[in-house]
Amino acid sequence: MTQQGVRWTADQVLALAPDVSSRKAGSKLGAAGPWSEAGSTDEGTVWGLCKGSGSKPYQTVVDIADATGPAYKCSCPSRKFPCKHALGLLLLWAGGDGAVPRGEAPGWAEEWLAGRRKRAEEKRAAGAAGSPTGSGDPEAARRRAERRAERITAGATELEQRLADLLRGGLATAEQAGYGLWEETAARMVDAQTPGLAARVRELGAIPASGPGWPVRLLEECALLHLLDRGWLRRDELPEGLAATVRSRIGLPGSADGPPVRDHWLVLAQYETADARLTTRRIWLHGAESGRTALLLSYGAAGRAPELALPVGLAFEAEVSVYPGAGQLRAALGERFTAPAPTDVRPPGTTTTRAAERYGEALQGDPWLDSVPVTLDRVIPVPDGRSWQLADTDTDLALPLAPSAVAHPGLWRLVALSGGAPVTVFGECGHRGFTPLTAWPEGTAGQAVPLC
Amino acid sequence: MTGSSANSQAGSSPAGSSSVGSPSAGAWEELVTAALLGTERRTPAGCPPGRQAPVALLGAAAVETVRRRAGLRPARAATRPEPAAADPRPSLPPAAARRLALLLADRAGTPGGSGRRGTAPDLMELLPQWLAAANTHGYAAPPQTLPALLDAARGRTDLRPAALAFAGPRALWLARLNTDWRFALRSTPGGGAALPGVEESDRIRRLWQEGLFAERVSLLAAIRAREPAAARELLETTWSTERAEDRLMFLDSLRMGLHAEDEPFLERALADRSRNVRATAAELLSALPDSALAARMAVRAGACVALDHTNSTDVTNSGGDGTKGGPALVVEAPHECDAGMERDGVVAKAPAGRGERSWWLGQLVEATPLGSWSARLGGRTPEEIVALPVADDWQGELHAAWCRAAVRQRDADWSRALLGGPSTPEAGGPGAVSLAERAKLLATLDSAERAEWVAGFIATHGLSEAFQLLGVCAVPWAPPLGRAVVDALNIARDAGSYPWSFSGVMGLAERCLDPSEAGRLDGLLAIPDEGEDASPGAGSYWAEAFQRLVGTLRLRAAMAEELAPGRSAGNA
Repeated sequence: MTQQGVRWTADQVLALAPDVSSRKAGSKLGAAGPWSEAGSTDEGTVWGLCKGSGSKPYQTVVDIADATGPAYKCSCPSRKFPCKHALGLLLLWAGGDGAVPRGEAPGWAEEWLAGRRKRAEEKRAAGAAGSPTGSGDPEAARRRAERRAERITAGATELEQRLADLLRGGLATAEQAGYGLWEETAARMVDAQTPGLAARVRELGAIPASGPGWPVRLLEECALLHLLDRGWLRRDELPEGLAATVRSRIGLPGSADGPPVRDHWLVLAQYETADARLTTRRIWLHGAESGRTALLLSYGAAGRAPELALPVGLAFEAEVSVYPGAGQLRAALGERFTAPAPTDVRPPGTTTTRAAERYGEALQGDPWLDSVPVTLDRVIPVPDGRSWQLADTDTDLALPLAPSAVAHPGLWRLVALSGGAPVTVFGECGHRGFTPLTAWPEGTAGQAVPLC
Repeated sequence: MTGSSANSQAGSSPAGSSSVGSPSAGAWEELVTAALLGTERRTPAGCPPGRQAPVALLGAAAVETVRRRAGLRPARAATRPEPAAADPRPSLPPAAARRLALLLADRAGTPGGSGRRGTAPDLMELLPQWLAAANTHGYAAPPQTLPALLDAARGRTDLRPAALAFAGPRALWLARLNTDWRFALRSTPGGGAALPGVEESDRIRRLWQEGLFAERVSLLAAIRAREPAAARELLETTWSTERAEDRLMFLDSLRMGLHAEDEPFLERALADRSRNVRATAAELLSALPDSALAARMAVRAGACVALDHTNSTDVTNSGGDGTKGGPALVVEAPHECDAGMERDGVVAKAPAGRGERSWWLGQLVEATPLGSWSARLGGRTPEEIVALPVADDWQGELHAAWCRAAVRQRDADWSRALLGGPSTPEAGGPGAVSLAERAKLLATLDSAERAEWVAGFIATHGLSEAFQLLGVCAVPWAPPLGRAVVDALNIARDAGSYPWSFSGVMGLAERCLDPSEAGRLDGLLAIPDEGEDASPGAGSYWAEAFQRLVGTLRLRAAMAEELAPGRSAGNA
């Protein structure tokens, strides 16, 4: 692979930034000024010395070709990951103005790289040796799992009682009860070790303040919560796929034990959602050969970026394994064989009608599903009062955009890209509407434009 | 989406439209009503009353919820917008597109305020230059960058013309869809529609008669740029019916391409009801050296300034280099402002604190064609005239008025004479000609001469007064000017002061120094040994500032290189 082949765009580099301020700081460092002795190899290692405020410059090295994702090392004291120096170095390299010539890695960079490769090798060897999962006593593990299931059952039963009380007195009272009621219930669910129920309950608390139509939305969510409780309480009677879905919705950890699928994976989208405790990064992949869509989740504790980062629009060859559950798209990334590189591959698109149907079909396997990933082919963003739609080019049908997507600045990138002409749009399609995540201009030329 | 098999009370689904009459719509509404009121008050049909009612209601609602969601269908499409006009310009080379994304990503950054700026270039300060270069090459903006470009132009009016030119027709198309960007429609003639061609006289006439004020101003300016006489003729068709403020704005547009042919119209405007319109007309006429007004002013001014050979020994020579007994200028300021003077634009009432007679004199001299002085003062050149001693402390008043005249009439000979040598001691201090006036005078010289003068000034007087003068020099700075600035910065560093005393010049240098000069700065990047009388730590701050300067210059060189047509480096 040539260096030209793996060079990223500035957007792709900036997408690695853990937060807005390091994005900003990193882009300031993406110029030759503070850098010296920078260089790179064809294999995807980039290094450089960055002048900081101290007398000794920081040593920064990035390994983009690493099988587990870009790896960074910097001698700066920043706790951000990647730090602004790593971002700046990658930008400098992405800029391609000769500031990062090809060369041989200096000793300090080579040392770190060799260490990483050695550890990775050892890990792989250990994995191949077939260490049985679940160290320790399988009997003890079974007892632990049983105790947890009992606590969840107690939690689900209690939640059923609370829902019944709510419906007996009427949802109108929920408006007055305010957020506290739900916070307390959510805390009980955390105690019951069911993070899935706790998160859904917490979301209920926000609905009465969410504007017109809230009683409908509250009833829907209460009903689906009830459905999940009942699903858990009667999980033994469910078909295996649905039972697995219930377990994952309840919040029991599963493991990606599906057969590994090796493919050329196109990175369709990458975006984060964050609350006070946790940043969740969602990465959608499309397998060029298998045609599969897979979702990678990566988590970061407060203030830290999730470790996994894949630039939108690039493709790489790797194995992924899916998690159990009916119609589950969540997968885990296994071994990577190539570094992400530009590609002409685009996901095959479909119509708005077919997109809505796909969501309906997916609900059969997972009634709690909010949306499904869909690529819409030849759609035009159309203003519709204060909202927006994506309209088929050849019919008079359209999917409305989700309210959160209308408020997002990415909407205007999409509208600008389209200019009233058809575009291809990948996004999530569900009962709240369509959330565009990435778009491609019509025709074969033109890169993926991230919208999220 | 609207539900067709299942729906929906208003607001419950994103599209909000309902297909009333579908079999389960009534059932769902009944469930919602019961849920709101509570099963103690209302039991929906099909649910057993009593303790089991809430659970039965939840079960029924779950079925309905999933059914409704599974039955969602696309909505009817709203009216599609007209597609944006095609942009025939070539697209940016990939490397330049990446650079633009970087420059725009830094847009939200807030430079300054936080003290030290570090060694990294200030990307936002480079955006105007990048835009100007991209426009020179005639590239089209990548569509997805338009929102960021419009946001940047919205926040910085100085950026608007270049940003909107680069953004092209699609940006105006976008601006019609987003009220935040309405400024783009106002800033562009005709709200983005192409201006009527010269031959489309009907469209021009209609837009002139029916257009909004801003549209009319743009139209007039556009026509003036193309065909000066046609603009004036258009203006004359409605002149008598325009409001005074509008007349003033329209008249001002004649400043561009001012020509002797405009004189009759301007003469008539001298009789305007509005004093501001009269003053502007007079100002424009005085910039036409052959106009009748200029001739009248020359007569009036000539009567006030005379060469005196007789009494020259009494003259105090403020220049100090004149020979005793040589000729001098005597000034006899006007004793009254008569109706004729007022009609020619002379403002009778002096501002507070100024003597009436010197106020009138200044206006007369300012409006007098500079060419007339040579004949009046014995065939002397501008240099010789400026060098003449002036009696009774009138020199400041007289020279200041000549400066204004030289700027107004864009007279390089007089400007040169009034500027004097850049290395004269007076040039650096508060002489008869202020720095602001010097900057204006410099602007009338060609760019090479301007750069040379400022370089000479900096070499003698250093940087502390040079900021204003540097601002009028062409970018990139000519080599002698760039060297003078770098030398002066080096001297300031050796003198031991802190670089932020020179942050204004440093910032200018980052934007204006020729990138090819970067190599000359290499010797300045290291942290020097601290001298005894140097300010603590100054050396490393200077090194940092020079590193930023070099980094910025390298970046600008890269930017220019990336924009060069035919460059295909980088991946597609």
